[in-house]
Amino acid sequence: MELLVSGNRREATKGPRWLLAHAVAVFAFLYLPIAVLILYSFNGEGVGGFPPRHLTFDWYRVLFSDGPIWDSVWNSLHVAFAAMVISLAIGVPAALALDRAQFPGKALFRRLVLLPLILPGVITGLSLLMLFNAAAIKLSLLTIVLGHGTALISVATTEVFAGLQKLDRAQEEASLDLGANYWQTFWRVTMPNLKLSIIGAALLIFTLSMDEIAVSFFLIGRDNTLPLEIWGRLRRGITPEINAVSTIIFVFSLVAIVVWYRLRMRDGGTEAGMEVVEAVGGTAS
Amino acid sequence: MVFLPYSTAASVLDTNAATPKTLLSIHNVAKHFGKNIVLRNISLDIAEGEFLTILGESGSGKTTLLRIVAGFESATAGEVWMGDERLDQRPPYRRRVNTVFQHYALFPHLTVEENVGYGLRVAKRPDAEIKTRVEDALAKVKMTAYAKVKPSKISGGQQQRIALARALVNRPKLLLLDEPLSALDANLRRQMQLELKSLQREVAISFLFVTHDQEEAMVMSDRIALLRSGELEQVAAPREIYSRPATAYVAQFIGHTNLLETEVRGGIARCSSLSWPVQLADGPALFSLRPENIAVVPPATLVVSGRVRLPGRVVNQAFHGATELIRVQCAEELVLIVRTPSSVAGHAEVELEFSPADAVPVRKSAERN
Amino acid sequence: MFSRAYKTAVTLPPLVWVAAFLLSPYLLMLCYSFWSVSAVQVIVHHWSLDNYRELLRVGVYWQTLFRSMWIAARVTIFSLLLGYPLAYFLSFHAGKRKDLFYQLVIIPLWVSYLVRAYAWKTILGSDGVLNTLLQYVHLTQHPLEFLLYSPFAVVLTLTHIYTPFTFLPIYAALEHIPRNLVEASHDLGATPGQTFWKIVFPLSIPGVLAGATFAFVLSLGDFLAPLLLGGPSGIMISNIVVSLFGAAYNWPLGAAISFCMLLLVGSLIFLSERLERKWSFS
Repeated sequence: MELLVSGNRREATKGPRWLLAHAVAVFAFLYLPIAVLILYSFNGEGVGGFPPRHLTFDWYRVLFSDGPIWDSVWNSLHVAFAAMVISLAIGVPAALALDRAQFPGKALFRRLVLLPLILPGVITGLSLLMLFNAAAIKLSLLTIVLGHGTALISVATTEVFAGLQKLDRAQEEASLDLGANYWQTFWRVTMPNLKLSIIGAALLIFTLSMDEIAVSFFLIGRDNTLPLEIWGRLRRGITPEINAVSTIIFVFSLVAIVVWYRLRMRDGGTEAGMEVVEAVGGTAS
Repeated sequence: MVFLPYSTAASVLDTNAATPKTLLSIHNVAKHFGKNIVLRNISLDIAEGEFLTILGESGSGKTTLLRIVAGFESATAGEVWMGDERLDQRPPYRRRVNTVFQHYALFPHLTVEENVGYGLRVAKRPDAEIKTRVEDALAKVKMTAYAKVKPSKISGGQQQRIALARALVNRPKLLLLDEPLSALDANLRRQMQLELKSLQREVAISFLFVTHDQEEAMVMSDRIALLRSGELEQVAAPREIYSRPATAYVAQFIGHTNLLETEVRGGIARCSSLSWPVQLADGPALFSLRPENIAVVPPATLVVSGRVRLPGRVVNQAFHGATELIRVQCAEELVLIVRTPSSVAGHAEVELEFSPADAVPVRKSAERN
Repeated sequence: MFSRAYKTAVTLPPLVWVAAFLLSPYLLMLCYSFWSVSAVQVIVHHWSLDNYRELLRVGVYWQTLFRSMWIAARVTIFSLLLGYPLAYFLSFHAGKRKDLFYQLVIIPLWVSYLVRAYAWKTILGSDGVLNTLLQYVHLTQHPLEFLLYSPFAVVLTLTHIYTPFTFLPIYAALEHIPRNLVEASHDLGATPGQTFWKIVFPLSIPGVLAGATFAFVLSLGDFLAPLLLGGPSGIMISNIVVSLFGAAYNWPLGAAISFCMLLLVGSLIFLSERLERKWSFS
C-alpha cells in the first residue's frame, strides 16, 4: 500500500508497478491487431502464418491496379463528404436550438439526436431501411448518405454545443449592442468562435462515415462503400490486399488525428472527442 | 485587537527566552520546481498552542510551505520535525497534522456527518466513539442541524465550519489552514476571523494559518511570518512587526507607511529638506514613518523640543471613515502620507510634525521579482 | 436575448429532419412489428400481437437473446477490467506523458471496426498468426480450434473494440475529481487504498456506468463480429434480425425483435442515467 503514495503532482508520480504493467498490457492488446495488420500487408506468403516471410510490396501493387477497391474508396469519400455537410447543416442549428431556444419536446429532441451514437447500428440501419422502403426510395449511395448524415448529427451537435457553452454570451450581446443584427452577429461573432468545434466535428464525422458499416450494411444499393467492399471480399476469402488498403486508410486517419490534435491544442481545448463521450455518457445533463 | 501574553515572547532567533515548548520545527527547507525556486532556506518554529500566520503575496511560496508541512509536496532540501519525529519523510496520512483546504475539499458524495467522521472512520475507531466525537465536533461549530445533509446543499460559510470540524475531530497536534476565509464575503469573513480565533484558544491546538490579507493576519495571529519570494522577511508578533518592521518591504506590506531615504552624516539623517538626529553610522539609511505618527499642527505654534516640524501643501485626500489619509507635498521630491482624525481642506498649507523616535530604521529589501 | 425569428430559424430545420429521419423510422418499426407476412411474401397491414407471441413462444429467440446478453456482459466486465485501471493510471500516475497515453488509447478507434475484427480473424484462425506461432515454438502440435468461430473469439474482439469506449468516460470522470479531495483524504489519515475505495471510486461511478452502458449496449447489438468470428455457437440476436430481414423475409418479426432490443437498450440507458445522476455531485 505504501507504494500507492501519490506524492506531489508536479514531480513524477510513481504508481504501483502493477498499474504500469497493466497499462502496458492493455496497450499491447489494443495494438496487437493493428501491428499484425500492417506487418502482414508486406507478407509474401499471404495472411497469417508465423513467422512472416518474403517481405514484399506486391500487395500494394495488386491494390493499386484493383479497380473495384478504388471505386469503393471513391464512393466512400463522396458519402463521407455529403454526410458531413448534412450533419453540420442540421447539427449546428440543432446545437444553437438546444443552447438558446425553448420548444415543446426539447428533451425528446435531444435524446433522439444522441440516440444513433449509443444505439446498435442494426436498429438505426433497419429502421431507416423500412422508411426508405415505405417511401419507395431506391437504395443507393444516397440512402447511405442520408443514413450517415442523420446518425452523425449527434457528433456535430455535441461538439458545437460544447463550443457554445464555452462561448461568452456577452460577446454576442456586445455585437448586438454595437448595431449588428442577428445574421451579422452569427457570422461575425458566433461562427468564428465555433470554428474549431465545427472543424473538429467535421473531421470526426468524415472519419466515422468512412469507417461505418453497420448502418450502411442495410442501406447499400448497387455501389459499395469501402468497408462494404472489404466485407464482401472477406466472405470470399482473405488476401493481404485488404491489409494493404487498411494500412493506407490507417495512415490517413493518423494524419487526420494529428491535424485535429494540433488544432485543439493550439486552442488549449479539451481532448479530441471528449464532448461526444461526455454528452453520450450522460455526464452532461 | 487582543494579543496573547506570550505573543511578545521572542522570535525564533531568540532561543534564550523562556518560550513555550516547540511543537513543529521547519529546518532550512527549500523547494525548487525545476529551475523555479519557490522556497529558499526557510527555518521556522511553531510553539504549542500558538496561532502562527504565514503572510505573503500570491506567489510568495506560502501555500507551498504549508503543503510541505501537510505532506502534499516534498521539500527539495531541509527537514520538518515534530518533537523527535521526522515528519517530512512520512506520507500525509501518517502525520498528526490536519488541513482546512482553501476551497474546503468536502467530499461531495458524503453527508456532513460522514465528512466529519471520515478521519475517525479510516482510523477504524469504534462506531460509538465516532458518533459522539462527530456530534461534539458539529456542536462546536454549531452545525448539528445539518448532520444528514450533503455539502452541496449548504452555504460557503457553513462548508467552512464543516471543513474545520472535519479537521479538528481528529485532534491533530497542528492544524493547517490554507486561506480558509478567502472565499467568504467581507462581513462573514470578519465574523469567522473572530470565531476561528476563539475556537483556537478553546481547543488549544497550534494553528498554522496562511493568508495574503495583512489585516486578517494582524487580527488573528500570535505571530506573523512574512514571506516574500520564497524567503522569510520577518517573524514577529503583530504589534512588533507593525511598529518595528525589519525591512522596507515589511513596512510597506503591513499598513501604510512613508519610506524616507536618507543620508546619515555625523549623527544627522537628512532627506530632502528634513533632518533629524539618529544614532547610526554614516552612510545611506532607510526609515519607515507611519502616517499616524505624523501630526498636523496649527501653524505658528511653538515647536516642541526634539520634534521635527516641516511645512507642506495638501495635494490629495482619501476618506477612511474615522480617519483620513492625506498626501502632503513637503518639497519637490518629498510627499508624505499623513493620517488625520479630522478633515483638512484640499490644497491647504499645513505644518507637519513628528518625533524622530517614530522614524524606524529599516533594511532595504533585496531586489527580487 | 434572441429573437423569435432567430429561434425558429435554428429550431425548425433540425426538428423537421429529426422527425423525418429519426422519429418516423422508429415509429415505422413499431408499426411493422404489429403487421405480418402473407404466404406469397407480401406485408399484410393487419394489426396483431402475433409477432410478440411468436417471440415468447419460440425458445431459440430467448436463448439467443440470453446468449447475446451473456456475451455482452462478459465484454462489459473485461472492458471495465482493462479500461478502469488504465484510466486510473493515466489520470493519477502518468504525469507529463498523460496526453501521449491518451492519444494512444484513442488511435485504435480510428482503425475501422471491420478491419480490426478482420485482423483478429487473421490472428485466431487455425492457420492464423497465433496458431502458427504456437506450433513454430513447439508449444502445440495442432492448431487450437476453439480460438476462432467461437463465443471466445467474439468476446475477445468486442472487448478489444469497446475497451477504449469504456475507458473514455471513466477517464473523463476521474479527471473531473478535484485533486484536493484526494489530498484531503490523505490528510485525514486515509491510506491510498482507503482513499481509492472511499473517495476516488465512488466519484468515478458515473463514468463507470457510462462506460459499461456503452460496452454492453453496443456489443449486445453487434452482428458483424459474430458473422465474421462467431461460428454457429457465436450467433447473436442481431444476426437473427438480419436474417429475418434478408433470406427469411419476415420483416414484421424482425421489427418486433428490433423493437424489443430498442426497449431493452432504451431502458438500460434510462437506468444508467438515473444511477449516474444519483452518483454525480457537481
